Amino acid sequence: MPKRTDLKKIMLIGSGPIVIGQACEFDYSGTQACKALKEEGYQVVLINSNPATIMTDPGLADATYIEPITWEMCEKIIAKERPDALLPTLGGQTGLNTAVELAKRGILEKYGVEMIGANLEAIEKAESRQQFKVAMEKIGIESARSFVARTIEEAREGRAKIGLPLVVRPAFTMGGAGGGFAYTEEEFERIAASGLSLSPISEILIEESMVGWKEFEMEVMRDKADNVVIICSIENLDAMGIHTGDSITVAPAQTLTDKEYQRMRDASIACIREIGVETGGSNVQFAVNPADGRMIIIEMNPRVSRSSALASKATGFPIAKIAAKLAIGYTLDELLNDITRVTPACFEPTIDYVVTKIPRFTFEKFPQAEPTLGTQMKSVGEAMAIGRSFKESLQKAMRSMEIDRYGLGADGKKEIPDSDLEANLNFRRPGINRVLSVRRGFELGWSLEKVQALSKIDPWFLNQMLDLVRFEKKEFTGKSLDKIPRAILKQAKQWGYSDYQLGFLTKTTEDSVRTHRVAQGIIPVYKTVDTCAAEFKAFTPYHYSTYEEENESIRSPRKKVLIVGGGPNRIGQGIEFDYACCQASFALQEEGYESIMVNSNPETVSTDYDTSDKLYFEPLTREDILNIVELEQPDGIILQFGGQTPLKLAKALEAAKAPIIGTSPTSIDIAEDRKLFAEMVERLGLRQPPNGIATNTEEAVAIAARITYPVLLRPSFVLGGRAMMIVYGEEELRKYMATAVEASAERPVLVDKFLDSAMEVDVDAVSDGKTVVVAGIMQHIEEAGIHSGDSACILPPQDLSPRTLRELERQTIAMARELKVIGLMNVQYAIRDELVYILEVNPRGSRTVPFVSKTIGTQLTKLATKVMIGRTLEDLGFTESKMPPYVAVKESVFPFAKFHGVDTLLSPEMKSTGEVMGIDRNFGKAFAKAQMGAGNTLPKGGKVFISVNERDKEKVVPMARKLNELGFEIMATSGTARVLEANKIPSKVVKKVSEGHPNVGELIGRKEFSLIINTPLGKTSKDDDGVIRKAALLAQIPYTTTLAAAEAAVAAIDALRQGELDICSLQEYYRLAGIPEVKGLVQLPVPA
Amino acid sequence: MKAILALEDGNYFEGESFGAEHEAAREGLGGEVCFNTSMTGYQEILTDPSYSGQIVTLTYPEIGNYGINPEDVESKKIQVSGLVVKNCCEYPSNWRADEGRGKHAWSLSEYLKKNNIPGIQGVDTRRLTRILRETGAKNGIIVVGDYNVQAVLAKAKAVPSFTYIDFVKQVTIRTSEGWNEGENKLSFRPIHDKRARYKIAALDYGIKYNILRKLQSQGAEVVRFPADAKTEDILAINPDGIFLSNGPGDPALLDYAVDTIKGLLGVKPIFGICLGHQLLARSLGGATFKLKFGHRGANHPVKDLRTGKVEITSQNHGFAVDPKSLDSKDVEVTHVNLNDQTVAGLRHRTLPAYSVQYHPEASPGPKDSHYLFEEFFAEIEKHASKSVPAEAAGAARAPGAGDSSAARKSAAR
Repeated sequence: MPKRTDLKKIMLIGSGPIVIGQACEFDYSGTQACKALKEEGYQVVLINSNPATIMTDPGLADATYIEPITWEMCEKIIAKERPDALLPTLGGQTGLNTAVELAKRGILEKYGVEMIGANLEAIEKAESRQQFKVAMEKIGIESARSFVARTIEEAREGRAKIGLPLVVRPAFTMGGAGGGFAYTEEEFERIAASGLSLSPISEILIEESMVGWKEFEMEVMRDKADNVVIICSIENLDAMGIHTGDSITVAPAQTLTDKEYQRMRDASIACIREIGVETGGSNVQFAVNPADGRMIIIEMNPRVSRSSALASKATGFPIAKIAAKLAIGYTLDELLNDITRVTPACFEPTIDYVVTKIPRFTFEKFPQAEPTLGTQMKSVGEAMAIGRSFKESLQKAMRSMEIDRYGLGADGKKEIPDSDLEANLNFRRPGINRVLSVRRGFELGWSLEKVQALSKIDPWFLNQMLDLVRFEKKEFTGKSLDKIPRAILKQAKQWGYSDYQLGFLTKTTEDSVRTHRVAQGIIPVYKTVDTCAAEFKAFTPYHYSTYEEENESIRSPRKKVLIVGGGPNRIGQGIEFDYACCQASFALQEEGYESIMVNSNPETVSTDYDTSDKLYFEPLTREDILNIVELEQPDGIILQFGGQTPLKLAKALEAAKAPIIGTSPTSIDIAEDRKLFAEMVERLGLRQPPNGIATNTEEAVAIAARITYPVLLRPSFVLGGRAMMIVYGEEELRKYMATAVEASAERPVLVDKFLDSAMEVDVDAVSDGKTVVVAGIMQHIEEAGIHSGDSACILPPQDLSPRTLRELERQTIAMARELKVIGLMNVQYAIRDELVYILEVNPRGSRTVPFVSKTIGTQLTKLATKVMIGRTLEDLGFTESKMPPYVAVKESVFPFAKFHGVDTLLSPEMKSTGEVMGIDRNFGKAFAKAQMGAGNTLPKGGKVFISVNERDKEKVVPMARKLNELGFEIMATSGTARVLEANKIPSKVVKKVSEGHPNVGELIGRKEFSLIINTPLGKTSKDDDGVIRKAALLAQIPYTTTLAAAEAAVAAIDALRQGELDICSLQEYYRLAGIPEVKGLVQLPVPA
Repeated sequence: MKAILALEDGNYFEGESFGAEHEAAREGLGGEVCFNTSMTGYQEILTDPSYSGQIVTLTYPEIGNYGINPEDVESKKIQVSGLVVKNCCEYPSNWRADEGRGKHAWSLSEYLKKNNIPGIQGVDTRRLTRILRETGAKNGIIVVGDYNVQAVLAKAKAVPSFTYIDFVKQVTIRTSEGWNEGENKLSFRPIHDKRARYKIAALDYGIKYNILRKLQSQGAEVVRFPADAKTEDILAINPDGIFLSNGPGDPALLDYAVDTIKGLLGVKPIFGICLGHQLLARSLGGATFKLKFGHRGANHPVKDLRTGKVEITSQNHGFAVDPKSLDSKDVEVTHVNLNDQTVAGLRHRTLPAYSVQYHPEASPGPKDSHYLFEEFFAEIEKHASKSVPAEAAGAARAPGAGDSSAARKSAAR
């Protein structure tokens, strides 16, 4: 059956900002889908609020809408674009939920839009717990015994029927938000109540607990001729009880016999047929009782999922691309396997390696949150590694995590205290990075039975780890490197040990190990990910390293550049950097270079096999990169786009004579080194906030006294503002020095004068060493002191004088020249009283590059890449950046709802996981869109609650007046109310928590307010402040914690009341601004 | 203990022994080296008589993970001549393996040792697979213990050619016997029809137990016959249908089997699998040829040309039927392997005889093709309803005299 010709235009819904549970994987799937549909000649209409995505690259769709993903906005797009079909299964839960909403409201029917891939009935059957259970019963698949509740009373009834322990799962929430295990009645009450409130349809499922069972996933694909294939099986190393997104997972399944595997396969196929997903990919999850093999189906996702992305990268089978093609009518046997080019896509990939994925957590960002895992996903990213044994893949995955580990321990790094091991392993309240505790337990001589009883990890996995511990003890104890036989060294490398680990085990350096083993001829070979275990010839150069005999990665004679990617997502380093790496690869291809990508993040577009000319799926460590460099001998290595990860390697790679191109590591050092940087600032006659460098507490106290409080404290060399803090007095400073950092001569603490109430500005520039072009000047909405990654910002700036703008440009150019920047540079400034202070310079691609690129319609990364290989900005035709005739606002998105008990206050420590962009003709509307996109939809009326600190009391007056004029009823705490009254603004006093009932906390809980303005007292939130913010978060009421954001919100509300929000595609904006149109991701020169 | 695998072309792989280390293994055990890409089912593969005379390498690198499970055998013993893997797991984990042996499960290496079969691990099995893929099937030898590489290479060259040995004789049953074991309890929605509605004569060229289990659980009484059974012996029990089993080696060596099948054609409904398929084709005048490196795995897409649907199949064969050799007036190709367009199934246009090149009984592998057993039973039913009482239906009934309408039944799934 060929593709459908009755469809011309297809709409795709993206997944929006990166949040926990929904990360880059949907950029990967969306990008693949766009490419697949364009390839087949369809027009593509796309909505996604996330500007840092490749899928929103304007060359990829015919109409790209960077608008909030709501059904209202989608309806407007549908009314305007009149697509023939909507493909809902590639944009994560957000895309699916929005599509369901559009279908249920009759919008699709009204405009004659067909839902392709999965229909409403199938989606509901899969997503509604009860319908799903009934469907599974019908086809003979056992589900957990369960009970559906819509009220807390019903929930209690269910608890009585099934008995504790129980698991609570709210319907229609993403990443399992609001669910959890209840071992006690109190826990049950709390989790059931929160689940009911978070479920958009107020429905929870109460289930028998299968905690401790084995957990498996199957990736299934079906076409409209009812051909069904399994793409990949995945086994969770962590047993049931830990969300699969937070579990270490391994592909393929390791501990299933063929009989058990086939039973699961048959059940998965029966499931996708019964649910009725017509075409595309689905994910089916199973639990298996380790004692008797009883198999229970847990759930089914009728769409491409995080696991689909993992399965695609693990097998080489492009699930999203094929899903898109099946949706338009092809059958699996009509599509070819890209990798073999001769066999059909209708087969089941088989692999000849082991894949391990490890989740990456950032609990250190949320010290109030308990670092334990459960059914609610908490990880922010993941790394994957491929090896020819489980041991190798596990160790490679561990060193891909960028948690300063070089494998499964054996690296001399700080371990968790032995007294905490049991608690960390305990399957009832499991902690993070448990495999390190498994290892430590074995080192302490714990028995396998003990570790298994504690952790419920299958003995197969435990034995593999025990093997490593035994091996080290037997072969390395008390031996120096030259006493280790070659065979043992080779075995160690085959088991994934890094040179760093072997250096630790033999009490020598990483370098000595490297030299020693290379001299013995122990060097890695690269195997190919080919979907077929070498049965057929592979044409896609997708490689991983191992220590065996035959190398399959053959160096080409072409000019080539290696791009080092960003590794696992974490707060401070996300999709923006992957976007930049991909753009760099496209630019290299445009320039006729072979682009070689190395990365370890399976969620990304950069690890898609057709993004670059060659792909290495490898840990981003010095050792692993040098191995590739030695094989490929690239003409250049690009480190400046992958964020801090590759940058950290700059010195080591330079020392190894790797050909780093672009800004030199020396310049990067000048920018990172406070002393060198201060000298440069002075040399250029520029201004920094007064500052100093402290190597101990007393020095810090002295510096603070000199430059006066408040001061901003931070350790050197950090990304995302780790352990950054503003302190207002000596006592606080001493506490910080004692607890937050370990200051030393090597790792000094930076003490900066904190500029109160200053405006912060971000500047992105590109330089070829001669010409420097300031591409975008972004005005932050939150004042200086809030991490720039957490602040909302505006492009072009609204409140900067022409003089200041000129000054910013002049200073940026001066520094770019001084630092001899080749490529991108980002500068953060603070502006107070028309004076410009330099806060920070980063001579590399920054987080804001995609936002600026999308706004000005110019791919900054591509330009930067091209100048790095010798082109000039002049011959590339980019010598000035024109400010567009529209306004774009970037807003950050936070994971607070996932961490029970954390404060939502913003600080110098970055906490956001993602971003959205709002774009419109004026600031108010653009800001309103950005807020809506971030899930903070501003109200047009109702009651606003205002409670501000002393400093802000006078400043809040004009805002309150405006809100009053706009028809809001104003509620305030007594202090704020007094000030408002004095200014003749009517307000009602709300009781503080300590003042009785009903108090502010309770009113928020009842959703009495439509907007909350609450600025903190500048200290920790033990008081009402904290209660207010936590309650607002739970009640999902829009709130702001800074006055600047409140002011912007008021302007946006004003704009909202003046007329409905309109939609406009990027392509239309560009036409308006006279920006030339582009087609495709790679713009190859047209042959003459 | 050290071990080496050497190929007749001069390539060799050094590794560690993990199986039998007896005198014969130290001398070297030869065979045709082939690879299987299935990620599960090593126990079923090891015990599949079709592998008789072959050294098997498994492309999945972690083997032995779930130990040895008493129910997962396809014959009485290990049938391969040797096993080549990347890693052999010494600490299996699986509830059934535990059940079978008390607290500690049988490990793969214990199993090989008990069966006197050598195993070598630590091999770059991907390199080996690529050699076989690029240059075709090779003879090879595994030597365990101390060895001299040149001497081993010379031995590898001397391994007798696979094509000239009748391995069927070694694996077939000696005298006919019945079968009584139900389907594996681990099936998804298992079928258990205990009525024994039909009697099936299964010609055993090295039959896999799961075929017997399948036939029995779907309602048949099965009688196994030796490969060289004569047509009269078979008809003497008055079976309702004839099953031609899988088995090892070159079908061209089995004219005795072809003669027997010729006598059964049109007399009773015939269903053949794998070698049985090749023998049916030869009985119908077709030819077979040796594939470059064969099809062995659990992921082969096969299209049913009658319905257009694709099934994922379990395969294990080194020979195939040449479609050009078949008289298209009489024989219809019903299934094709989508990877290389080879014949995966055929049927006679008028006689109740059909066969597939792959393994609908799975074990290991997917069960997408179980419908073929149902079709076989439907065929038997149709034939029985048209036939005269059993006693009267003798060998005298000539080929072509059967169901001339040859109404094709669409796939019953």
